[in-house]
This record gives sequence, structure tokens and C-alpha cells, in this order.
Amino acid sequence: MNLKTFLLGTCSAVVIAGFAQAETLTIATVNNGDMVRMQTLTDDFTKANPDIQLEWVTLEENVLRERVTTDIATKGGQYDVLTIGTYEVPIWAKQGWLLPLEKLGADYDVDDLLPAIRSGLTMDDKLYAAPFYGESSMVMYRKDLIEKAGLTMPDAPTWEFIGEAARKMTDRAAGINGICLRGKAGWGENMAFLTATSNAFGARWFDENWKPQFDQPEWKATLDMYVKLMNDAGPQGASSNGFNENLALFQQGKCGMWIDATVAASFVTNPKDSTVADKVGFALAPDTGLGKRGNWLWAWNLAIPAGTQKADAAEKFVSWATSKHYLDIVAAKEGWANVPPGTRTSLYENAEYQKAAPFAKMTLDSINAADPKNPSVKPVPYVGVQFVAIPEFQGLGTTVGQLFSAALAGQMTVDDALAQAQQVTTREMTRGGYIK
Amino acid sequence: MARAVSTRKTVVVTIFAWIVALIIFFPILYTIITSFKSETEAIQGFSLIPSGTVESYGAVQAQSNYFKFFLNSVVLSLGSTFLALLISVPAAWSMAFSPTAKTKDILMWMLSTKMMPAVAVLVPIYLIFRDFGLLDSRIGLTVMLTMINLPIVIWMLYTYFREIPGEILEAARMDGASLWGEIFYVLTPMAVPGIASTMLLNIILAWNEAFWTIRLTTTNAAPLTAFIASFSSPQGLFWAKLSAASTLAIAPILIMGWFSQKQLVRGLTFGAVK
Repeated sequence: MNLKTFLLGTCSAVVIAGFAQAETLTIATVNNGDMVRMQTLTDDFTKANPDIQLEWVTLEENVLRERVTTDIATKGGQYDVLTIGTYEVPIWAKQGWLLPLEKLGADYDVDDLLPAIRSGLTMDDKLYAAPFYGESSMVMYRKDLIEKAGLTMPDAPTWEFIGEAARKMTDRAAGINGICLRGKAGWGENMAFLTATSNAFGARWFDENWKPQFDQPEWKATLDMYVKLMNDAGPQGASSNGFNENLALFQQGKCGMWIDATVAASFVTNPKDSTVADKVGFALAPDTGLGKRGNWLWAWNLAIPAGTQKADAAEKFVSWATSKHYLDIVAAKEGWANVPPGTRTSLYENAEYQKAAPFAKMTLDSINAADPKNPSVKPVPYVGVQFVAIPEFQGLGTTVGQLFSAALAGQMTVDDALAQAQQVTTREMTRGGYIK
Repeated sequence: MARAVSTRKTVVVTIFAWIVALIIFFPILYTIITSFKSETEAIQGFSLIPSGTVESYGAVQAQSNYFKFFLNSVVLSLGSTFLALLISVPAAWSMAFSPTAKTKDILMWMLSTKMMPAVAVLVPIYLIFRDFGLLDSRIGLTVMLTMINLPIVIWMLYTYFREIPGEILEAARMDGASLWGEIFYVLTPMAVPGIASTMLLNIILAWNEAFWTIRLTTTNAAPLTAFIASFSSPQGLFWAKLSAASTLAIAPILIMGWFSQKQLVRGLTFGAVK
């Protein structure tokens, strides 16, 4: 081999190596059990796509939301795949911040996605995010305690029944609270629960002209019921309790009932963590006979920001992570009970899943019962069951949540909290140009 | 009698100081204790006796590469401290030994920048970083941390330098020392305790800085603050893992603080009593 041939060969090898260099996808995600599990199962994807490497940025939900919003609004281009909630998808898609998912592949079977979840991620017939796991809310209750109270939990209880059962189950001397509900202030904490519950009472955030409705009797009925029930049968310091605090209380056997995310079902029935794993029953979120249940609809989704330079590789990953094939991988390695729930119809038709997850039917029924486009009894100008899909809602929801949390803590009356909520919301909606 | 009263007073003050110190240290202690519990134990209410399991540490390391974050923390805190000293020693010298009518105003202005909420300048800073290609880079973050801590560093050094008699520097000048010779060979050796404590404080501040280090990084330059943030979860009880991650993140700075506490206290109280 002469020198010329050697140099030519070396240069070619360098050029080829340059072209063959792996593309690195940066994926922003939250530290939820299902998301963390996905990070350990990506070998299947990288083996099939050796030219794509994956880097993860895991952050707490609110930090992630702020971080990703900054990056996407300034076109920073730091992320190739985003984990975002059902709240953000329609807003960000409208802003042109997300790429439509049009190359998910022939095997993807978009029609298998649960219709309620899919509709929240679709704009102008284009899917802007693929659901990784979905959830609604439902009643989780202690079968032994309700039996002891001499009651039988119906599959679809009313708030009247829940109130009666909670008060009968309460045994403060034994450390048992009849009911545990969210009280911690935040648009995704107490306001997720209270907004969804208010739908069952016929309340709504805004009328068709975006006029706030906190001065209406439906909201007063909702908040009166909530505060009174929590005072009679809730845990001490409930105004500081969010999902995690209530989960800890329920797992320690300190709650007769807990109305919260369906995803909690796998936690409370896991004997490794829960002292009441074999005593838990499930029911639909309660109603008041007006035709709407207080169950929300949420999904964590994977989306691709418009600023990415690696859209094709990113869509390949999104397709893999939200596919039926991924569910099979989780089932094979971690068992069917650990499969991310709430996204695909086929999962709920799977006999093995039904056997492994006793909460499967109730989860599906809860998700199907939620209607983000018609969340309440009366018509609304917005989309969203437990939130209002407008950019102002994060701030508004948290401010109103602080007022309602203060009412629960006894720092102000229900009437004062509602009056202030009406005042603040009217001011902000006028400022935002919604009220002319 | 006077001696007895004095001893009693010392004992009371000592006990009080210990109680205050324990109250301040307790959250850190409880974090360390929780890190040696299982997740089930961690949620079972208050207990000072852990089972001693190290499963959370294993899980934390399996989920994230601790050493990559650790290395970034070391580089960022040492780098920003070095850079801050390089700028602040001459700056403090000029303010301490060649003050003008506006020196006090400049010092106050510098300090006032610390009072501005960081989030107010998030978008402009993010855009600058984006345009200069500094997002998720150690260089960019080192400069950022230097800028954040510079007002405090200059203030501290200014206070120490003021304690040094100007006549010594004048004598050095009479002996023919150049400006830089005066600063580096005469002033700096005399202010070593002050510079050392300033350096230590700056390292601690840079190590603990969580607003910018989380918002301007993704994977390459992310330090231990981002490592801790990745274990906080809104849905799921991972308290033992979060405690293990926190313990791993604070351990190096805690150990450094412990070994250098004499130097730190000496520096912080330098010039406090005349």
C-alpha cells in the first residue's frame, strides 16, 4: 500500500465515521415511576436504532414545565423530546411550538389510542403528542372499613353516599380518617380535584362569555360540601396534603377513602409498599345526579418541539415509547401490572392485564366517563375537565387554590374565599382580554 | 463568686448554642437517616432509627450517573471561585486603598444586584446563552456563577483589606514594588485568612446554587443540584431515594466545611472585634 492509498483510505474512513456518528436525542421527562422504568428499558430501541443515542433530563414537574417553556418559547433547542401534560398540548400546538406527529409508522395503530385521551392531543385532525400514560380519578376505599360501617360501596356512588360513609368510617381514636382529599394549594393539586368535583355539582369556571362563575350557587355548594366533609372526616392538616401525602396516609391505613388519580391504584395495591394492599376496593368518582361525574382526565405525553434539528429520530423514539410493542416489553420484564395504563384500548382487552390489574376496568370506565370538551352540566367556552386550557390558568388556578386551601384551613370562610376568587379571576380575565 | 457566675453563664450559653446548632442541623441529619431507610420505612412517620439499608443509594446510582454530576459541581464551583478571586482582589484593593467619592455607592449598587429576583432576568440571560452557544456548557455556567457571587466576594475582600494598614503598602511602594507586585506579593499574603474564607464561602455558594444551574443546563454541564431535582416526584413516594440523592450531593461540601471550619470562622470574624 503506498502512502497515497493509505491517506485516501484514512480520509474516507474519517468521513464515513463522521456520517455514521450517532445522533443524540435529549429527552426531558418527569420522575414518575413509569417514566423512570422507561429509561431502563431503552436497550430495545437503541439496538434497533444504533444511530440514535438517548440522553435524559429528569426534573420535578413544575421545574420541568418552567424549564421547557423557557426553552421552547426562546427556541433554545435544548430538547428533542418533551414530556408534557394534557394541559400544555393544545396551548403549545396552537402557538406552533410542537411538531405534528405524522410519521409514527404503519404498526403504530393510532386508532387504538383511547378516544378520550386522543381527542385532547389532537388539533385540526393532527396528533401533536403521543400519550405515554393516562389517568382519570376514582374512589379508592377500604373494603374492611366500609363493611364495618355497615355500608356497601356502589360502583357509581353519589357525593351524599361518600359523605355518609366517610363520617361513619371515621375513628379518630384509632387514627382512621373517613376520607383523604387534596388540600395543598396549586392548579395541579387541590384545584385539579376541586375543579373536577365542581363539574359534578354543575359548577364551571367561566360561562360562555368567559365571565367567572365563583359567585354562583354551584361553586358554593361544592366548596361547602368539601370543607364540611374534610372538617368532619378528613385528616389533620389536610390543607397541606397533596397526592404524595395522601398516598402515604392511605398506605399506612389512615384513610377510609381516597379520591385521586387512577395511577395510585397500583401503588395502594402493591404489598411491598402498602399495609392495606389486599383490602382496597375501587369505585367511580362520585356525582350528584346531574349527569356529570367528578373524574378528571390527564395524560403524560411525549411531544416534539418545533425547534429540534432531529425531528425524524425524535418521532422514531416517540413512536417506540408509546407503542403496543413497548407495553409488551414492560409486561415481559416487569409484569402486566406495571404496564403504563390509560392509553390504548387493546390493553384493556388483554386478559392477562385484566387479571394482573384488578383496577383496570374502573380505570377505563373513569377515563371514558371524562369529557374534556363538555366537562360540566352547563356549556363552557374552554377545554379541560380539571383545568381550563388557556395560558392564564396556571397562575389563576394556583391563586384560587390558595384561597380554597385557606378556607379548608379555617383561615377564611367559604364565602370570603369564593368572593376573592371571583374578584381575582374577573380582574385577570379582563386584563387578558377575555372579558370585553 | 464572680468566677462561679461566669462558669454558669458559659454553661448556659454553651447549652443554648448546642440546642440552636442541633435545630439547624436536624433537617440535614434526618435526611441522612432517611437515606438509610427503605421507601416503606420512610413514609411510616417520624423515626430516628433506620434499618440501615443502602438500597436507595444503589437505586440512585443505577438511575443517574452521580460522578458525572459531581465532577460538574467541582469544576463549576472551583472555576467560578478562581475567576471571582481574579477579578475581585484588584477590585477590592482599589476600593479599599484608592477610594473615590463614589466607592460606597458602587459597593451598594453591586450588592443591590443580589436583591433582584433571578427569574426577572431569566429570558434575557437564556437568550444571551443561546446566541453565544453557552447553553449546557461548563464555561457559560462558570461565568454565570462568577457573576452571581462577585458582589459578595468583592464586599468580603473589601472588608478584610480595610483592616490592613495602608502604610505597609506605601512602604512597599517606596521600596519600588509595582502595582501588581504590591497586590500579589504584599497585600495578598497578609489577607490570606480573609481570602481563604471568601474562597470557601464562594465554593459553598456556587455548589448550592440551584436556580441557574438547573435552568441553563440539560445533560453535559448539569451539576449536583440538577441531580437532586431529578429525584423529586409529584406522583410516587421516593423519599428515601430523594434523601440518598441529597446526602450524596451535600456530603462533599459538608466534609469540606467540617475540615475547614476553623479557617471559615476565622475569616468570617476577621475584623469583627477591634
